[in-house]
Amino acid sequence: MDKKEVPQDNGVLDHWHNIQYAVDENGRYTLVPSSGWEAANIANYQAWGIIEERLSQVIEKVSAGDLSPLAYHMEKNLMDIGLLAKYVRISRWRVKRHLRTDVFRRLPLNVLERYAKFFNISIEELQKVP
Amino acid sequence: MINFAHQQSAHCETGVLSGLLSYHGLNISEALCFGIGSGLFFGYFPFIKVHGLPLITFRSSPGAIFKRVTQRLGITVESRKFSNPETAMKALDRLLDQGIPVGLRTGMFWLPYFPSHFRFHFNAHNLIVFGREGSDYRISDPVLDEPVLCSRRDLTRARFAEGLLSPKGRMYCVTGIPKHANLKQAILRGIREVCMTMLTPTIPLVGVWAIHHLANKIRVWPKRLGHEKSKLYLGHMIRMQEEIGTGGGGFRLIYAAFLQDASEILDDKRLHDLSGKMTLIGDRWREFAVQGARICKGRANGENSYDILSDILHDCGHMEKEVLREIRKATS
Repeated sequence: MDKKEVPQDNGVLDHWHNIQYAVDENGRYTLVPSSGWEAANIANYQAWGIIEERLSQVIEKVSAGDLSPLAYHMEKNLMDIGLLAKYVRISRWRVKRHLRTDVFRRLPLNVLERYAKFFNISIEELQKVP
Repeated sequence: MINFAHQQSAHCETGVLSGLLSYHGLNISEALCFGIGSGLFFGYFPFIKVHGLPLITFRSSPGAIFKRVTQRLGITVESRKFSNPETAMKALDRLLDQGIPVGLRTGMFWLPYFPSHFRFHFNAHNLIVFGREGSDYRISDPVLDEPVLCSRRDLTRARFAEGLLSPKGRMYCVTGIPKHANLKQAILRGIREVCMTMLTPTIPLVGVWAIHHLANKIRVWPKRLGHEKSKLYLGHMIRMQEEIGTGGGGFRLIYAAFLQDASEILDDKRLHDLSGKMTLIGDRWREFAVQGARICKGRANGENSYDILSDILHDCGHMEKEVLREIRKATS
């Protein structure tokens, strides 16, 4: 890649830059900051589009009462049951049960606190979806 | 306070390595680290799934470059893992108080200074901590423009991220640099290993062979998976290639930069010419990403668009085989 061809397409990097290796006019390799690349931006937006779509599906299910609000917070943090279980140190099958509305509603305070503390939110926030 | 000069680099692992070694007086560029550590790689593991998509990797496993470079140059490193976050943070503080910059392995999801689009659960991100300011840590993250601050709470979380490749608080610092590092020998060993894994791998899912294998697969993606799913696969592959640790095209260009440095150190004109050819390979990989992104966005929908991609990949495979063979000849 030529130094002049280093893409500068703003996108997922916000105000940051990444480094690209490119050849200068003397044929020497130099490090050139780039503000992003269209191809990489497209691929990233695609990935986040899917994540957002999944999240809105979960919100619908939570509103309909098919899933507990915990499912929303899990999805929002891009986690699955296994990962969340590891973080809060509650076994997988229990976390899975907590995704049920009826079970979640009857959860004792100490378990709710554990989740809330992990997600860094209050218990009230844990019990609802926006 | 440690007088640490932040230098931005393309890849976190080689960036941290180059930064730490430069601090300890061994000036060695990121590209040299990449080459000595045999960073060039290709692997296609359809049975390992990342978010339900096949693992396509352009990098050797996390930590491998670091290990190879330190071994080949005779650098001594102290590396520790922890089970208790409090102990881990105290150990970090102790080293910082002694004035030693420390490398950490972290989970990207928990590092608040990253743009939101990068905060995936990726657990092999390397960074350097070089100071404290109140309850914040001064961090030189090699992929960012400038040093940043990170709170103790966030850093602790990042060090104890869970899931695939969980870092378990891993931290490392350089303890000894040899007076006369044998750079020439290290470079040759680095090059030979790359040629071996890429040209004559022990398993057929790695190296040039795997590039051709994937190229054949891509041709039938739209038929096998349907258009929507093929787009997902493609987007995933581009992200693996260009985002996660700069991947395919970027890595080929770094390797080209390494060949340039190596040709000077070894005083071998042939490697300089081969560097030019390696640049062409990197450009070809980038072309693949551009074409792939067009399909992802729906700008190219024709039946033959996947054939074009497949042809580009086959091209990459052929070119890499040819160049690596010449490199092997030049260094044997």
